[in-house]
Amino acid sequence: MTTPLLQITNLRAGLAGPPPVEILKGISLTIHPGEVHAIMGPNGSGKSTLSKVAAGHPDYTVTGGDVVFMGESLLGMEPDARARKGLFLGFQYPVEIPGVSNAEFLRIAGNARRRERGEEELDPFDFQELLDQHMKNLDMDARFKERGVNEGFSGGEKKRNEILQMAVLDPALAILDETDSGLDVDALKIVSKGINALRRPDNAVLLITHYQRLLDYVQPDFVHILMNGKILKSGDKSLALEVETRGYDWLVA
Amino acid sequence: MENKENETTATETLTETYGASEYKYGFTTPVEMEAFTRGLSEDTIRALSEKKEEPPFLLDFRLKAYRKWLTMKEPEWAHVNYPPIDYQNIAYFVKPKQKPQLAGLDEVDPEILKTFERLGIPLDEQKKLANVAVDAVFDSVSVATTHKKKLLEHGVIFCSISEAVREYPELIEEYLGSVVPIGDNFYAALNSAVFTDGSFVFIPPGTRCPMELSTYFRINTEESGQFERTLIVCSEDSYVSYLEGCTAPKFDTNQLHAAVVELVTLDNAEIKYSTVQNWYSGDPETGKGGIYNFVTKRGLCKGRNSKISWTQVETGSSITWKYPSCVLQGDGSIGEFYSVALVNGHMQADTGTKMIHLGRDTKSRIISKGISADHGSNAYRGLVRIGKNAAGARNFSQCDSMLVGAQSSAHTFPYLEAANDEAVIEHEASTSKISEDQLFYLESRGISREESVSMILNGFCREVFQQLPMEFAVEAQKLLTLKLENSVG
Repeated sequence: MTTPLLQITNLRAGLAGPPPVEILKGISLTIHPGEVHAIMGPNGSGKSTLSKVAAGHPDYTVTGGDVVFMGESLLGMEPDARARKGLFLGFQYPVEIPGVSNAEFLRIAGNARRRERGEEELDPFDFQELLDQHMKNLDMDARFKERGVNEGFSGGEKKRNEILQMAVLDPALAILDETDSGLDVDALKIVSKGINALRRPDNAVLLITHYQRLLDYVQPDFVHILMNGKILKSGDKSLALEVETRGYDWLVA
Repeated sequence: MENKENETTATETLTETYGASEYKYGFTTPVEMEAFTRGLSEDTIRALSEKKEEPPFLLDFRLKAYRKWLTMKEPEWAHVNYPPIDYQNIAYFVKPKQKPQLAGLDEVDPEILKTFERLGIPLDEQKKLANVAVDAVFDSVSVATTHKKKLLEHGVIFCSISEAVREYPELIEEYLGSVVPIGDNFYAALNSAVFTDGSFVFIPPGTRCPMELSTYFRINTEESGQFERTLIVCSEDSYVSYLEGCTAPKFDTNQLHAAVVELVTLDNAEIKYSTVQNWYSGDPETGKGGIYNFVTKRGLCKGRNSKISWTQVETGSSITWKYPSCVLQGDGSIGEFYSVALVNGHMQADTGTKMIHLGRDTKSRIISKGISADHGSNAYRGLVRIGKNAAGARNFSQCDSMLVGAQSSAHTFPYLEAANDEAVIEHEASTSKISEDQLFYLESRGISREESVSMILNGFCREVFQQLPMEFAVEAQKLLTLKLENSVG
């Protein structure tokens, strides 16, 4: 057995408050290199909280358990350090940063990650080449380079931009929070293609989704059902299909 | 004791550097200075004019301004607060003691050359900036101007205004006070009476000035005021880009900086005037000390299709009172104002512009970005006036404010006077905060919190920074980042 990329042990966490609200009530999850995991669950089950806690959002606080990433606990680590170490969060609602050129942002972020890995930073020209290639794969227009980060992007364009960031940062583990929401079928196919193109034996993906639809395009090795802050059931791809037809209620019954 | 010359030796009070965001220009230079005793009277003005060997018309100009000033009251309408200024407690003329006429840079006090080098403005021939000609003003006088000869080969005059008074009195007599009349406002009248030095630029017809021109203002003496005067005349079909920079040492007292800048463009001429102002802004905790920056800047688009563009990045001074304006007299002329005003600590700024449309088909554009942090108070005040003959006039104004922290404030005072129905005027305004979500987004991409803040703020100011010459845009971005380092948690 290889060493896990991510090992979550009995994690309890929630909104820092005041008042504090516990949302995750003891979650354990292990992800190995080369795997694709999917977490499904109804609204309010704690899916997005899990992704934000992993990435280190300051609104959330951990009250118990541990999150170990590549052999090191993430707890107490700043969000930017987690990212440079190779953790990527694809946002459900990507934020607009007006006036900051998308290409410049991507280059700064990409180089921060390269520095961390002991690789040479890319100058604007070399970076341009890399970026053009990734954008071509995602069928993105060149004008997205010079526009402000997500500024005036449509919902679908924002999601594509998330995958572009993932491609540039080349993370060890990508947590994609409802990347499929708000996408039409064509956009979903492109985004899925982008995700699949980045899969390697040494990295992993954690998909967080409401719908089984995404899983037709990005095939998961494991599916976990999260409800009321706990993983109620884990299985393979067929579990997602079962949830699709039966809903979630039978799991608690 | 009137007008007796004093000798003062400023002592080195170089402050320790506590961290990157400390004001790093807060040192003083130990040079022998000569100064008038404090106080202002007709005799002071006569002595000043005599000292500078000025022609009679200029003494007359000064005295008229002084008499006018005596009848005027300090403006009280600005959104700023400060104790009354004692105008008799200011030294109106302070200059480094040196030979009256310098043959070359070799004769400039090496301490002063060192000062400018420390400020990043090397003046000596080997190190001077290749594409920028610099006029360096130290307290009341211009100490050196680089690239003068090369510019003269193109017919471009770039020198201190004192030198211009001696060498080109007819140009000075024609244009001085033609844009900002002596009685325009309290501070302009004071400046007209006592201005000591500054820069003069004349671009002959059909000439594109081959390099950036720049003036660097340095206040060094505690009791002094700086009253500089800048005049730029751009003849028909000519162009110049001009940049000014300013710093001052840290004192517990306030120094008054009351400058007047006049710009004139003739037919099809263009002046691009950029300012990066970083005067000492007072103690960030107590608000003690700092520069009162009470400045009158105005450009006259005299000729048809001429253009004046003001870009300012205001990051210093304890109080800023400043409205770089354009009088659009020539038909088809264009006025622009791009501004970033940053206040933190206890700084106060009341700044904006006036666009006066007189000619037909005149256009103006106002982009103002205000950033308020800590206890800073930032006000945008702008006037758009459309004259009755200004058919086809257009204005677009956009005023955005960003608040950092809960103690700061932002205010917008737009004024509009339209006497012509055909004018088109648009105004947009917004107020925002750096959101925790924006910060988290950037951080989650591996960018540090400090750099994330800097990226967001520089993005906010992008439209303005884009107007600056390349190397200064980079400097302005760094300055903004440095200034706010301690304001954003």
